[in-house]
Amino acid sequence: MNAPLLEVRGLTAELDTPAGIARAVDALDFDVRAGETMALLGESGCGKSMTANALMRLLPDVGYIAGGSVRLSGRELTALTEADMREARGRDMAMIFQEPGTSLNPVLTVMQQIGEVLSLHRGLRGAAARARALELLAAVGIPDAARRIDEYPFQFSGGMKQRVMIAMALAGEPKLLIADEPTTALDVTIQAQVLDLLATLQREQGMALLLITHDLGVVARMAHQVGVMYAGQLIERAPRAAFFAQPAHPYSQLLFAALPDTSRRGELATIRGSVPPLTTDFRGCRFAERCPQAWARCHDEVPAWQTAGEGQQVRCHLYDPAEAGRHAQHVAPSAGVAEVAPADETQPLLSVRELKVHFPIRRGILQRTVGHVRAVDGVSLDIRAGRTLALVGESGCGKTTAGKAVLRLIEPTAGSVTLGAQDVGAASGAALRELRAQMQMVFQDPYGSLNPRMRVGDIIAEGMSALKRAGGDEAVRALLEQVGLRPDMADRYPHEFSGGQRQRIAIARALAVQPRLIVCDEPTSALDVSVQAQILNLLRRLQHELGLAYLFITHNIAVVEHLAHDLAVMYLGRIVESGPVDRVLRAPRHPYTQALLSAVPRIDGAQQPQKLAGDLPSPARPPSGCAFHPRCPRAQARCSTELPPLAGEDGRQAVACWYPD
Amino acid sequence: MIFKPVLLWSDLLLWALVASAVLLALYCRSQDYLRRAWRRVGESSAAMASVTVLAVFVAVGLLDSLHYQPRLPAQQGSSEIQYAPEVLSALDALFADLRLNKEKTYSAPLATHGFAKETMERDGVQTRDYPRLLFGGAHLDELSQHEADLRSRALSGALKGALAWAAFTGLVVGLLALARRRSYADTCRAVWRPRLSAERPIAWRAVFVTAAVLCVLGGIIAAWADGYHVFGTDKVGQDVLYLSLKSVRTALLIGTLTTLVTLPLAIALGLIAGFRGGWWDDAIQYLYTVLNSIPGVLLIAAMVLMMQVIIDTHPEWFETAAERADARLLALCFILGLTSWTGLCRLLRAETLKLRELDYVQAARAFGVSDARIMARHVLPNLMHIVLIALVMDFSGLVLSEAVLSYIGIGVDSSMNSFGTMINAARLELSREPVVWWSLAAAFVLMLALVLAANLFADAVRDAFDPRFQWRARRTLKRAAA
Repeated sequence: MNAPLLEVRGLTAELDTPAGIARAVDALDFDVRAGETMALLGESGCGKSMTANALMRLLPDVGYIAGGSVRLSGRELTALTEADMREARGRDMAMIFQEPGTSLNPVLTVMQQIGEVLSLHRGLRGAAARARALELLAAVGIPDAARRIDEYPFQFSGGMKQRVMIAMALAGEPKLLIADEPTTALDVTIQAQVLDLLATLQREQGMALLLITHDLGVVARMAHQVGVMYAGQLIERAPRAAFFAQPAHPYSQLLFAALPDTSRRGELATIRGSVPPLTTDFRGCRFAERCPQAWARCHDEVPAWQTAGEGQQVRCHLYDPAEAGRHAQHVAPSAGVAEVAPADETQPLLSVRELKVHFPIRRGILQRTVGHVRAVDGVSLDIRAGRTLALVGESGCGKTTAGKAVLRLIEPTAGSVTLGAQDVGAASGAALRELRAQMQMVFQDPYGSLNPRMRVGDIIAEGMSALKRAGGDEAVRALLEQVGLRPDMADRYPHEFSGGQRQRIAIARALAVQPRLIVCDEPTSALDVSVQAQILNLLRRLQHELGLAYLFITHNIAVVEHLAHDLAVMYLGRIVESGPVDRVLRAPRHPYTQALLSAVPRIDGAQQPQKLAGDLPSPARPPSGCAFHPRCPRAQARCSTELPPLAGEDGRQAVACWYPD
Repeated sequence: MIFKPVLLWSDLLLWALVASAVLLALYCRSQDYLRRAWRRVGESSAAMASVTVLAVFVAVGLLDSLHYQPRLPAQQGSSEIQYAPEVLSALDALFADLRLNKEKTYSAPLATHGFAKETMERDGVQTRDYPRLLFGGAHLDELSQHEADLRSRALSGALKGALAWAAFTGLVVGLLALARRRSYADTCRAVWRPRLSAERPIAWRAVFVTAAVLCVLGGIIAAWADGYHVFGTDKVGQDVLYLSLKSVRTALLIGTLTTLVTLPLAIALGLIAGFRGGWWDDAIQYLYTVLNSIPGVLLIAAMVLMMQVIIDTHPEWFETAAERADARLLALCFILGLTSWTGLCRLLRAETLKLRELDYVQAARAFGVSDARIMARHVLPNLMHIVLIALVMDFSGLVLSEAVLSYIGIGVDSSMNSFGTMINAARLELSREPVVWWSLAAAFVLMLALVLAANLFADAVRDAFDPRFQWRARRTLKRAAA
């Protein structure tokens, strides 16, 4: 076997934080061969990104490499001077960052930015550089590259920006490409495009790719080798096939078990607790505190590498030959709990008819309205008590706006919203306050949705006092217990809590006024898989106990499968398909739904994504007729002129397409 | 009673400000995030050194804010108690020598003779020579002793200063040891050679070093001031050191009282503009844009002169000259406040625009919480760090603007001492030959010390409250062996 391109031995990086020295990367060993993809997998706070930064020697001001060696094609990188290292970055190794919006300079054109790399590392200038830049842009699949090369980053969409980033990274013809969560900020259909592109480029150029991600689906799709990180340490190394067939480390197994899936509609397995702070002085196995199989030895002795299978190595005492007796009862995915069929009331709790939210576009000195952004353009929904309706769509399709318009956090332009028998749109004053008590919202970002200057108890009590509900300390304590927190946490401030705990507080705040409907706006998208499972379990339990109805806004199909009863797919302000979850997911009829579902990376790895070209059009100028027709593989003349209605029998699958499957 | 306490309006406000500062400090102790931010201020050596310097200035200013009228000696045959028309302060009482030992006119720092020749009669012969000063160096029999006297006074002054410093340091370390419940020697070691630990120590060392410098300098100046005019005298023979010390109160008042006017305006308008949006926002924006486009000095000059007329036409409102000067000072603060709220308002509006879109504000709206309550509970507390930073940063700007305004004659009352009036008085003398430089230099040095300390402190406060605050790694980059 040829020598690996990148050899990392004992790499240790430390951060000097206010809480002490944090060992963000601890004695990492791994290799990446040319033409191979190595995926680093782990939850947030495990040191994945810090590993990438340490390899590039781009650590933050407070960080430094405390030991170990990094060899790139035989050359030791940690001993290079900063000047030599600058030469190596871009030429030998390049990096793609998570957020395409902020990693391009907004005041330089694409050509200027690519040209900079070309002149630095390839010595190309003028016409030669331009020709090469055009080649690169064409290679990353930017249509009409000759025109777009002189445009500024803001003229590109998120997916296109990420392609430009990749083109820039490739400009130096690096041997190693480090991709730090390259698709996390992108929609699934765009993610599929970008992942395809990376795989193709790697095949053509024989690059080594170090892929950093938290998404098992992306790993399954891209990786040859998998490394699982936990608390700064690599705890499992395996070829992809072996890893997905039989994850060895209890942590890896739990990660799989925590993944929501159709096959398991009951409780998801969760990992108790959270990743320990990296400032901890670890004595035993780092995972011991959270491991269901831990015994005394795990707390006292740091596990060494053990072989678990063909090419599969794991840092766990379970695989120590001396402990053969204990070996490996796998964490079995818990069997599906029988679904308690909710009372099938015919009368819907929430009924939305032809809801429209248009934002005026104002121009000129007099601020005349020159057009409208049709964020939501005629949405109709019904939710019955105790049921969950998932509203699914890519970013920018208007699903969050629709959710907020239902609560009248944004005033709807037209349409009606009825809760129970009351008209939400017409209510005002005391009546509106009464309605507000019946529907609440849980927000996406657990860090932005709690006032950092208020104690948790005050945050939860706020709704009760605003709506003049009886409450007090007792009620706050009961609520905290109900969402799985300790009652004495009421006196603390939000910054003392982890993301998952904060989301629990946000749920407790919404529950405080005893609502009948909760609008959940991507409540788990900012959370790690294991924490996501905890929150989903909590939402599910609360639904059973309290008979809550959820309007669940998400882009994560796996969560929909797990939690929802009904599903509505949104595209550009309209619902294109709706119906019971099982039917829509098994047999999608609208071409957009089909493309969306096939683009989701699956952990079984076996699927051929249906390509969807292009991006979401601007809701300020939606295409005529069916809004999806410019991207639709089945589009015909009629689609561009006539708007298809959402047709289907009541309560069954409905689809807005002239030519459904 | 041998004196009658007098409470000027500015005294009242200043002491109220001190009281509210104490309350604010107590509030900060109870709020976790504020306590941590202030702790970071304490960790900065520059901040702690400037706090020490500022503390000296504040002490001088506060001493100068305890006013009284002394009792006049009873007149014969009258049992009526009469008080002097002149209002003095505790500082005046403390430095009575400096105040009362007036020369005839200019004299250079530490001089024994006047600055200008005079015609004198000596042994019946009229001569023109530099006259001996009435007080400066009057204790010297032989002029040849002048330098030796200065040296010995400097030495003894420095020694006394060092002793005072030792006492101060001992006391503070003792209090620290008591507070930390550790032995005295341990605390000494911890203060002088802080160990590398996760918790950064408060920079007490900077306080003690600064205090040492201040004590020794103060000791030397005090020893000299006993027999000389350390900073010389001005045109009417007043001691410049005394004038500079009196100016400190004016500078502090202008720097702090003005904010009492700016804060409510800036906070209320900024919040409303940012939160309400729409025509509220338009109206407030136009208001401060218009206010900003009027030349500030012009507006202030017009208002100050109008106010001057009002004060002059109503002499019956004021019992003493001090009260009149005080009214003018307050009016100046008010006018400065009216013209300088725009910057902070703009900042607060922008931040409110950002905050109002945050999810926790949306969540509060979903509960039907009223706008006023959202502003008070959710937005304002998250703006306080900006307000605090603006307060500290504006202070030095206001002190400087007072100097400029007094210099062009529209600042404080001419009977009130301030750095501006000192500079104004020294202006013409700069063209003399030899030049009279000491009034200007004294005002310059003291103002520089005050503003520099305030600026350094403001920088540290801004860093500490900056959410992006990151400290630099204490360890140098370790390079792994190749």
